[in-house]
Amino acid sequence: MSLLQIEGLGIDFGGLRAVHDVGFSLKPGEIVSVIGPNGAGKTTLFNMISGVYAPGRGRVVLEGEDVTRMPPHLLARRGLSRTFQNLQIFQSMSVLENAIAGHHLHERGSVFADLFSLPASRRRSKASEESARVLLERVGLGRAAEQEAGSLSYGALKRLEIARALALKPRVLLLDEPAAGCNAVETEEIDHLIAKVAAEGVSILLVEHDMKMVMRISNHIVVLDHGEKIAEGEPAAIARNPRVIEAYLGAQATEVQNADG
Amino acid sequence: MPELLQFLLSGITVGAVYALVALGFTIIYNASDVVNFAQGEFVMLGGMITFFAHAAGLPLPLAALIAIIATAAIGVALNKLAIEPARGAPVVSLIIITIGASIFIRGATQLIFDKQLHRFPAFSGDQPILIGGATILPQSLWVIAGALAIFFCLWLFFTRTLIGRAVLATANNRIAAQLVGINTNYVMTLSFAMSAAIGALAGVLVTPITLTGYDVGLALALKGFAAAMLGGMGNPKGALVGGLLLGVLEAMTAGYISSQYKDAAAFVVILAVLFAMPQGLFGRKSTDRV
Amino acid sequence: MRFSSKATTLLILIAVIAIAPVFFPSSYYFRVGSLIFVNGLAVTGLVVLIGYAGQISLGHAGFAGIGAYACALAPVHLGLHPALAAVFGAALSATIAFLVGRPILRLKGYYLAVASLGFGILVSMVLSNEARLTGGPDGMAVPELGLRGVLRTVGVDLSNTEFWYAFSGLVLVLGAWLALNLYHSPTGRALRALHGSEIAARTVGVDVAHYKLVAFVLSAVYASVSGSLLALQNKFITPDVAGFMHSIEMVTMTVLGGAGSVLGAILGAVILTTLPQVLTIFQEYEQLMLGLVMMLVMIFMRQGLLPSIARSVRGRGE
Repeated sequence: MSLLQIEGLGIDFGGLRAVHDVGFSLKPGEIVSVIGPNGAGKTTLFNMISGVYAPGRGRVVLEGEDVTRMPPHLLARRGLSRTFQNLQIFQSMSVLENAIAGHHLHERGSVFADLFSLPASRRRSKASEESARVLLERVGLGRAAEQEAGSLSYGALKRLEIARALALKPRVLLLDEPAAGCNAVETEEIDHLIAKVAAEGVSILLVEHDMKMVMRISNHIVVLDHGEKIAEGEPAAIARNPRVIEAYLGAQATEVQNADG
Repeated sequence: MPELLQFLLSGITVGAVYALVALGFTIIYNASDVVNFAQGEFVMLGGMITFFAHAAGLPLPLAALIAIIATAAIGVALNKLAIEPARGAPVVSLIIITIGASIFIRGATQLIFDKQLHRFPAFSGDQPILIGGATILPQSLWVIAGALAIFFCLWLFFTRTLIGRAVLATANNRIAAQLVGINTNYVMTLSFAMSAAIGALAGVLVTPITLTGYDVGLALALKGFAAAMLGGMGNPKGALVGGLLLGVLEAMTAGYISSQYKDAAAFVVILAVLFAMPQGLFGRKSTDRV
Repeated sequence: MRFSSKATTLLILIAVIAIAPVFFPSSYYFRVGSLIFVNGLAVTGLVVLIGYAGQISLGHAGFAGIGAYACALAPVHLGLHPALAAVFGAALSATIAFLVGRPILRLKGYYLAVASLGFGILVSMVLSNEARLTGGPDGMAVPELGLRGVLRTVGVDLSNTEFWYAFSGLVLVLGAWLALNLYHSPTGRALRALHGSEIAARTVGVDVAHYKLVAFVLSAVYASVSGSLLALQNKFITPDVAGFMHSIEMVTMTVLGGAGSVLGAILGAVILTTLPQVLTIFQEYEQLMLGLVMMLVMIFMRQGLLPSIARSVRGRGE
């Protein structure tokens, strides 16, 4: 049974078809990548699935429930979490606090208890702080915990976003270009992290430009071009697909083939 | 019916002033994304400087001209000294800066001039004109004609002149405008000068009817802002229509409901508009990008 | 980090409040002190709204007005004890903030500023115009709190100004303690998260509309209690307490010292409350100076005084 099902999803911006009739599904623990040239509509697709944009057509079904047009915070309660292509870090907070903030759904409670710092409130804070430290260790930011988030490098911030998203204990995780701007070592770390998270049963939907990484870790690939799905299948089949190669003319086309060979 | 007509006429007169303030807001907002809470002070300065120049013996037209030029210079100074150094500051800071400027100008006016209310003679006498049972002051016609003339000139400026189009381009996309060689700092300066001059002109026109004093600016700024928002922030047509609508609405409230709550009308409208259609009557919808 | 620590802030605050009177040459200084605390309380509420949640309000004096007039009217018309009247005012402010905040807080930036401003002006207009109830622009008398008499029976004899200095100081410390608790709590994190990135906050499950409302209601209660304290210590109140200028002063104090920190904002209250007192000889210059201070601080110290000073001190240390 699929965990997340996308059916005929589409949206127009001012009469322009940004995404049209895209459908695919995600099984538990599966890594599905969405690839396509710049402007193909990948991030727009993500924004619709995660409730940031209201799709004009189609459905998003999460564990059998129609969650189309549901606001992000309610999707979060149903176990859907995401990261952002252009970082959305809580700049004025420390690295640790960013990770703790990801535990919001687990640590929220009565405002009254928080105001008076009642034991219940302190207990909740402590539990999420402990969990946050573990998560930071996991993404390799354990030693940066007390730093201001704004002082981290781009690659570290990408990992912090993943830690924050994992804090939710999601069933489905949407990662928008997690390796963009990272060096080879960082990319490999993120690569391992994603594989490990998936191995724990979390379904991962990935947008990524690093084709080697996509080919290496994806179970399934969906290819978008001009807002429409032009192909989907296993990495090896996608790399040979003539329509995909055509869409990726130039440097990226050879990259796809190299990754295959 | 003459009663309704009377309210309508006085509403349009006041509304024309609000429209001018709202146009001033719009020009600056378009060029810089700044909402200038000191806009009302320009109107006040226009009236006050004209009065004191006139009282010093200058003929009224010359006094008015000096007031408009001086106010435009103050607008430019405001931009250079307070707005440009704060570029990129968060909205809260910009609000505080322009409100600070407004209080500063008020304080300075009170020191340099005085705390009295003033008026100078109407341009074409004080003999009311009869229209269908209602009356209107000749000065009201001056105010209405002034607002329409300014609106028309602005329209010509923005559609027919190169520099006007540069201002529009800057409003659309500042960085793109810089890339095609538009001096956006000059555009900002020009916008503040124009905006201040329009405000001062409004002050010159309306002072014979409503009087002026060092502290009239704030209320005007709020009403003008309300009008701009009603019409849709950043839209000159919206500013004109919003201003007139607000003026009429206030006059109707004063006439039929309660003169004490006439000022409340503006804010009730604003709250209603913001909740029902935050983009105003003529505004565009915008979406956040992530 | 040094300045954000809860214990340090409370210690500094308590120490200053307790030690300052040693240097007071006259009872007038107690009076200025209690005014500072009253403003400091309202400003602490705005730290929650502006500093934590990143939302602006130019109408919070409206809530101060509700709190103030509750203390004037509820004892007469509802037979409430003045202290209960203050609680009643706070509850009323919270209710109104809840109802008004819901639609208002959907707005952002300038729109939110103007909507809240409109709300504040409506409140002050009602207070000025309903003269039969409120005495109109001339204001009205407020009954005695009576706590000073109670203290005297247990052997604590304070002059009127001393009592209000101590009492408002106490309320301020309490208010600061609550706001600091909130900062490090799950609710505070949710507020700061939505300030940092609304969209990211929503994706981690923060119900943004709900938490903005929480901040708005809390800050309204702070403003209301501050208005009540002002009314009770002055024993007289005018609609100015709800006026636009008071709202502006409150926001200016908050951002002047640094909206992100309770101590910074209270420092802002100290400066803006004492400035007019210091400048009484130059009364005509008051507006000029206020406007100038507002502009200069926002242009040259965007984070506010305290964080800017802290940064430059730390910068020199390194």
